[in-house]
Amino acid sequence: MDRTAQPILKVNGLGMNFGGLRALDNVDLDVGKEEIVAMIGPNGAGKTTFFNCITGLYTPTDGDIIISPLGKRSERINGLKPNLVTRKGLSRTFQNIRLFPNMTVLENVMIGRHCRTTTGIAGAIFRGRSARREEKEIVDSSYTILKKIGLEKSVNEFAKNLPYGKQRRLEIARALATEPFLLLLDEPAAGMNPHETHELDDLIRKIRDEEGISILLIEHDMKLVMSLSDRIFAVDYGKKIAQGTPDEIKRNPVVIRAYLGEEIDA
Amino acid sequence: MISFSEIKKSFFVSLWFMFLTFPIMVIRVNTIENIVEWRWKNMVFVGVGSFLLSFVWRYLIKRKEYGLKKAEEGEEMRISFVRRILQEKKFYVPGLIAVGIFLLAFPLIFSLYQTNIMVSALIFVMLGLGLNIVVGLAGLLDLGYVAFYAVGAYSYALLNYHFHLSFWIALPIGGAMGTLLGVLLGFPVLRLRGDYLAIVTLGFGEIIRLILENWNELSFGPSGISNIPRPSFFGMDLSVHGSMIFIYYIMIVLCLFTIFVVNRLQDSRIGRAWIALREDEVACQAMGIDKAKTKLTAFALGATWAGMAGVMFAAKTTFINPASFTVWESIIILCIVVLGGMGSVLGVIIGALILILLPEYLRAFSEYRMLAFGIVLVVMMIFRPGGIVSDVRRFYRFEGAGGKSGDG
Repeated sequence: MDRTAQPILKVNGLGMNFGGLRALDNVDLDVGKEEIVAMIGPNGAGKTTFFNCITGLYTPTDGDIIISPLGKRSERINGLKPNLVTRKGLSRTFQNIRLFPNMTVLENVMIGRHCRTTTGIAGAIFRGRSARREEKEIVDSSYTILKKIGLEKSVNEFAKNLPYGKQRRLEIARALATEPFLLLLDEPAAGMNPHETHELDDLIRKIRDEEGISILLIEHDMKLVMSLSDRIFAVDYGKKIAQGTPDEIKRNPVVIRAYLGEEIDA
Repeated sequence: MISFSEIKKSFFVSLWFMFLTFPIMVIRVNTIENIVEWRWKNMVFVGVGSFLLSFVWRYLIKRKEYGLKKAEEGEEMRISFVRRILQEKKFYVPGLIAVGIFLLAFPLIFSLYQTNIMVSALIFVMLGLGLNIVVGLAGLLDLGYVAFYAVGAYSYALLNYHFHLSFWIALPIGGAMGTLLGVLLGFPVLRLRGDYLAIVTLGFGEIIRLILENWNELSFGPSGISNIPRPSFFGMDLSVHGSMIFIYYIMIVLCLFTIFVVNRLQDSRIGRAWIALREDEVACQAMGIDKAKTKLTAFALGATWAGMAGVMFAAKTTFINPASFTVWESIIILCIVVLGGMGSVLGVIIGALILILLPEYLRAFSEYRMLAFGIVLVVMMIFRPGGIVSDVRRFYRFEGAGGKSGDG
């Protein structure tokens, strides 16, 4: 099946300037339905800036970000506020973990349900039938997600007390709670040991296969990237330098040069 | 834990203190008889006192560090005494009943003076719970909270002066004025946080006070507004004593109402959004929470209680002027929240009672009041940075799995 035939995320000519610095220059990217796409590149290449542009933390200077979720019409989401982007179905995790440390694991996931629920102040105070039903739905669905991720044993623990690997998983659980069609993972395996990385590999695959969620990830762990991804985009100095299947990328001289440096012919 | 080196350290501390205080505590020049008095007794007091204090200080610090190390090693945290009482039904139900009976009987047992003090304390309980929403839950440091309190008080006073509106109509109006002003303040500070927010709100509080002080046509300036009627009891006018008791019961009901609402909000979708905002603004927004809306609701709901507390204050004192609404009041309310425990309802109540009642009962030592106040705050922040009763998050139980057993 050609997954790229109908991209759910299409980025055209994305550019981002910070004052005089051009952090991103004319980057194109697309993610197909139920596809796992990786973005690689040396440190400072602009990968996280790219993520921040897509999720609304930054407003890109130029280019288009177009989403076409299944069954809905395409939409340009440049400059939309982060919370609205999440509502549209793009959810992310952060490179340096950004959980809510003094909330319990379950509450962290419940926050993810916020944008799919509606109870207001009056509902919270009077706790009418619909408010109670919604609250129960939030708790139950959050617990189901935690079970899927394998964190159901620590629902009532503070997020800050979890070990590092579990914190990363919790961030993914929280992102899943927003019911995304595309999950953006910013270095999900950073700081994990080989065993944890292996588990993460399985988890990401499971999310794709069982939930039908597409995944775009930034990662430095090449083993994980090569085994997981359907396609890889390589960027350097804010520009896209290559794209293709893992095998193509592995053999691409431009990518190798970006990672290992240029040979000096003297 | 008590080693020889500790004693030695405390000994040197006391030596150092004796040396430092030597000129002022020991030497005294008697100008009448032109001699120098040597008060060696004082030196002994200073020495023994500083030795003991330093020793206790070291012991407490040690104990705290020991506790932290234990927590870090992943051992089960010791559940504090207070929390254990809160969780055991057979402890807290009789306790609650006893407190309830005491509160109901309070004005009948004690004098008018005592009831008066208690009403002040209850007003501050309400203010503390309101500010707790803004500072404790949403994490927005607000140093101008007293402005909403002032607006509540003045809206009752002015509405009564011009339109003879009764207390019962003014109470919701005062709350609504607070809400409105909360939203008005919320808009310009949406982008700010932390120190910047604190400074802007501080300025805002001062602006309101200065307006009240200088806009004579509106607020009658520093001379204030007097003869504000006390609440009537079904149309009957009560004696001074009777109406104070009545105000006391109104305050009890209002406080219970506040506690009820804050408790419900805390464990709701909105309350969680506030806490998420406090914990991490970027992540909170990335998880689909509208930052602007959440901040505004926090400001508005916090200010509502201050508005109502203001109406109560005006009705209680029957006279208000801008001097009652200085920065100092804001600081006291903030101290109540921080000392009691950010985000914890019970903590804020205890904090308010301690900070308002103690100074009243310690009037005999009024010269040392500020000193004691400062020391209490410093010691609290070192040994219990979470406040008297730190915030407890709700415990969820699920079939099959469900976290650690034992605490529930």
